[in-house]
Amino acid sequence: MITVLNYAVIVASLAYAAWALVAVVTGRPPREPYVIGAGVVEILILLQVVIAIVMMFVDGAPDETATFIGYLLTVVVVLPLGLFWALAEKTRWGSAVLVVAALVIPVLVVRLDQIWSAGAA
Amino acid sequence: MSEQAAHRTSGPGRLLVAVYAVFALAASARAGVQIATKFDEAPLAYLLSAFAAVVYIVATVALARDDATSLRVALVACSVELVGVLVVGTVTVVDPGDFPDDTVWSMYGRGYGFVPLVLPVLGLWWLRRRWRANR
Repeated sequence: MITVLNYAVIVASLAYAAWALVAVVTGRPPREPYVIGAGVVEILILLQVVIAIVMMFVDGAPDETATFIGYLLTVVVVLPLGLFWALAEKTRWGSAVLVVAALVIPVLVVRLDQIWSAGAA
Repeated sequence: MSEQAAHRTSGPGRLLVAVYAVFALAASARAGVQIATKFDEAPLAYLLSAFAAVVYIVATVALARDDATSLRVALVACSVELVGVLVVGTVTVVDPGDFPDDTVWSMYGRGYGFVPLVLPVLGLWWLRRRWRANR
């Protein structure tokens, strides 16, 4: 994993969560801009995940391999699934779903980084 | 089917289902890794992890579906979940020896920001609200 990219993902997902929170507070459902925003965050995530996979093959996987891969899979699917569930809801609660989905990402990234830094096997 | 879509939960329940889904995923992944890589170390704790994961999955699906049967299933799942987090939380606080490795319910879900303790209460509150609305 590339540390700078981790920070980028964390900042992007937190910004996205804050943006979605604005929609919650103002009582609006998620609209198209939020789909585009989620796409931007997801691209950063996918970039980091691909880099992590390549680096695992080149330099070896971290000690907690299974956990690491589990988190990698989760971080890829969480925002698309959240978006899918959010868009069908035409109230502010749809936006609230996006806030939750976006806030899960930094947690996953921090855990991924811990495992990655702990055990370069 | 539109019939089915009409039976999907909406409003605050939508958010509740999303949080439940996160925990279903987290608990399943945790249990899967624990059982696959080090089951011998703490079989009881890991089986409990798996059980918690199943409860979260059932609760997520049942809350999302929102028909009469599902509400009843969700009521059972949320109740089991509440009892589980209280019992496991208390046991781990009093005597951590029985659970050498963490589950989502250990220390009342401290490792997950105590969300596992709050979630079943919110789930039961939401079910009561749905129950009254349906009558």
